[in-house]
Amino acid sequence: MSNTKHTLIALVEDKPGVLNRIASLFRRRAFNIQSLAVGGSEHPGLSRMTIVVEGDSARVEQVRKQLEKLINVVKVSDITEEDIVARELALIKVKATATTRSEIMQIVDIFRANIVDVSPNSLTVEVTGDEDKVNSLLRLLHDFGVKEIARTGRIALIRGSSSKTVID
Amino acid sequence: MKKTGAQILCESLIREGVEVIFGILGGAVLPIYDTFPQYPQLRHILVRHEQGAAHAADGYARATHKAGVCIATSGPGATNLITGIACAYMDSVPMIAITGQVPRALIGKDAFQETDITGITIPITKHNYLVTDVNELARTVKEAFYIAQTGRPGPVLIDIPRDVQQEQTEFVYPDKVDLQGYRVPSRGHPAQIKKASKLINEAEQPVIIAGRGIIISQAYEEFKEFAEKAQIPVAHTLLGLSAFPNNHILDLGMLGMHGTPCANLAVHNADLIIAIGMRFDDRATGNVNEFAPNARIIHIDIDPAEIGKNVPTEVPVVGDIKSVLTALNEEIERKEHVDWLSQIEQWKCEYPTQVVSPSDELLPQYVIQQIYEATQGDALIVTGVGQNQMFAARYFTYIKPDSLITAGGLGPMGFELPAAIGVKVGCPDKVVWCIAGDGGFQMTIQELAVIAQESLAVKIAIMNNGYLGMVRQWQELFYGRRYVDTKLWNPDFVKIAEAYDIPGIRVKRKEEVIPAIRKAMDYPGAFLIDFLIEPEENIYPIVPPGESLAKFFQPLKPEAKAGKL
Repeated sequence: MSNTKHTLIALVEDKPGVLNRIASLFRRRAFNIQSLAVGGSEHPGLSRMTIVVEGDSARVEQVRKQLEKLINVVKVSDITEEDIVARELALIKVKATATTRSEIMQIVDIFRANIVDVSPNSLTVEVTGDEDKVNSLLRLLHDFGVKEIARTGRIALIRGSSSKTVID
Repeated sequence: MKKTGAQILCESLIREGVEVIFGILGGAVLPIYDTFPQYPQLRHILVRHEQGAAHAADGYARATHKAGVCIATSGPGATNLITGIACAYMDSVPMIAITGQVPRALIGKDAFQETDITGITIPITKHNYLVTDVNELARTVKEAFYIAQTGRPGPVLIDIPRDVQQEQTEFVYPDKVDLQGYRVPSRGHPAQIKKASKLINEAEQPVIIAGRGIIISQAYEEFKEFAEKAQIPVAHTLLGLSAFPNNHILDLGMLGMHGTPCANLAVHNADLIIAIGMRFDDRATGNVNEFAPNARIIHIDIDPAEIGKNVPTEVPVVGDIKSVLTALNEEIERKEHVDWLSQIEQWKCEYPTQVVSPSDELLPQYVIQQIYEATQGDALIVTGVGQNQMFAARYFTYIKPDSLITAGGLGPMGFELPAAIGVKVGCPDKVVWCIAGDGGFQMTIQELAVIAQESLAVKIAIMNNGYLGMVRQWQELFYGRRYVDTKLWNPDFVKIAEAYDIPGIRVKRKEEVIPAIRKAMDYPGAFLIDFLIEPEENIYPIVPPGESLAKFFQPLKPEAKAGKL
């Protein structure tokens, strides 16, 4: 089976050490995390994690089941086959001079990104979108000289009223 | 009235039905030990090394089906438990490991005897806790026992800072647990059971692989009914031995690297494998890509993550073995499998499972068989790891349910003596034989003191070949007979036993074996026999690493070897 990127959504207890348990599991079973984003959920005391892993379906199913065995993990769903909204946020600090600044701003405009900080020799760009969009913008900004990048990794929800990633 | 954390711990353990705790104390558990005299119903057994405490708790749990409890201080006490915790984790043994921790204010400061034991044990526990609030302690103990003993059992560690042990609060023991992220599968899905029954009813050459799950679920009766009704031969994993009587006509013995030829051939030629409470360990499957090449596979296990982990499964059934087998027994048809069973009989004749060379040498196979004869199988056999373990697995006839206690997954040498202590404490009325290797015995030899101190009538048989025997066998077979560092200088084990006030004898000749075993059995207390066995005797057959189960190897037929000698 071919390796593809899978998006897993995990509802986990918001307790000390939970992230450590999950990271430890990935390391021990030699599963590769491409990105992991975590924050509060609609349930007090539970966080929602979006984990992107690469592997064939059987292997990712093994990841999912091993994660579900953790006592602090309430529910894990592989939403790769679902119709999802997936986003990430990136902050990109790019070199800017008097001559390049307007060109950069045009590119940022095209991507519906925002300039969030300006200094005499740099601009900081905030962009939201799927990985492809962020990567495309990065490629275009690359020639101007990218000084620093911070990316959140993917967060995702299933479109519509699916209950696959929620609990009662 | 308020109670201290230490009192709350003891009260909670009593609520959970704990009678015995194996441990050794140190600074960070002093408040707990100071409280023990208030709770005489908790019997504390003082070991000599924390690994001994963990293995003893493990043996106790395997023998009694109740969680074993061990306790150690912070830092080195806690880290010494690790081998025993990892062993319990690999073999799905319910265990509660309690560790002291430095006071809360010192956590993270690299204090004296501070170790991040919850961090260290994440991969080898089913769950673990650091209790930072005395108000959380009772609930934590309740949850820990629930997690350790339900579903697929396993060890749970509770780390308690010393000042939490001393802090006071009201003691309220919760009635039930509320664990959102922990669900225990019980019954198998009816549709899956239907699918499984269909495959079973259609199969012409089916084989069961019986694992430890049957023993954990105590489903001996249901399992026997299942095998007999459908007339399916039974191969065992190492830990599945004693789930089904070895003297049954359908029994094939153990499969795998040192399995019986008939078990390995049956599995290799099967058209259906029914794997019950086992996890397709590499020692059982041989080369996994060539495992049972013509078979469809039904996998029954309580742990959903075991399904498809090592071997793709056609019909998984997730649930408690006992309830799944009860349901299956309703659905399956009576069968005879005449051709298949006669083929298996032929293999059994061609490759007898328990033939011991009639030579005059003192062979370990003969010793194990004579222990069987002397006990008539009515004993609990506790083994070490290595050749002694394989001889005990292959040459003792397990006819009583749950009569083999052996460390299969982790394979820690030195398991035998402390585990036998736990087994004897848990089952004082049973005959307990500890089958030790001379190498492994020296890894936990200090626990002889516990046997003496607690007057435990454990019968110890050392299979003394003067080598790390299994490693030597591999050096012989796969490393050109270069015996690098496997030869052991050994102490006089009989004198060692005497020093611990345990009588013992040395057996050098075959004719001394039966009288020695008799003497050990007749003696009311612990007894040690140092069997000086043939140094280079190997366990055969062997499936070389990376080969399929069908490619087992044994150098000469036993008769031929006897003739040569």
